[in-house]
Amino acid sequence: MKLLYFAWLRTHIGIGEETVTPPSTVTTVADLIDWLKTRGDGYATALKHDGVIRVAVNQTFAEMTTPIAQGDEVALFPPMTGG
Amino acid sequence: MAEIDVRVQEPQFDVGREMGTFAAGRTDIGAVASFVGLVRGVHDQETGSEIKAMTLEHYPGMTEKAISAIAHEAANRWPALKRATVIHRYGRMLPGEPIVLVLTASPHRDVAFDACRFLMDWLKTKAPFWKLEETPSGDHWVDARDTDDQAAARWGP
Repeated sequence: MKLLYFAWLRTHIGIGEETVTPPSTVTTVADLIDWLKTRGDGYATALKHDGVIRVAVNQTFAEMTTPIAQGDEVALFPPMTGG
Repeated sequence: MAEIDVRVQEPQFDVGREMGTFAAGRTDIGAVASFVGLVRGVHDQETGSEIKAMTLEHYPGMTEKAISAIAHEAANRWPALKRATVIHRYGRMLPGEPIVLVLTASPHRDVAFDACRFLMDWLKTKAPFWKLEETPSGDHWVDARDTDDQAAARWGP
């Protein structure tokens, strides 16, 4: 599974993308975030305020309840500030 | 269906040239509306603190698709929309530089005005861009504004 982080999630975690193999119990975006929080202080800090985090699965906006699977591209990011 | 032109790019664009050619040769267009977003050199909060530069991060691969989806939504909502162009930059920009250009064209002015505003309101909250401000006290990620969410929400889901 390819993960992408943007803006302050990227700066807290320290990398913009990585490939991971989460345990089989991780079946939704919310599960993924809970699992990532256990991977170190940078992740825990970045994902602490998980109520504001937005997500895209395979480059389409998604929800915390969206199912995810091996091979997906999952992006985590703060609320967008374009324009 | 409207002709839609979406460009996500690092270099500056030429507002005058884009506007000048937008309705060229078209006799079905009676109205062109435009919005140009620029980098401010000061915060709009009371502090008045300086912004030295702004860097826009985006999600390559998804950004163009997300903006195209917004433009197609505009075309569906306003069948009289003839053309829509969105040019959005990423990378580092200095105060005064243009960030985004939205152009809309229709037979009469209401559709051009409304579609232009809709496009900007949705771009602010539904296109994967994030702004980093460089200030004398350090770099700061710009927080999303509630007023932008409210502006997007007034157009409905």
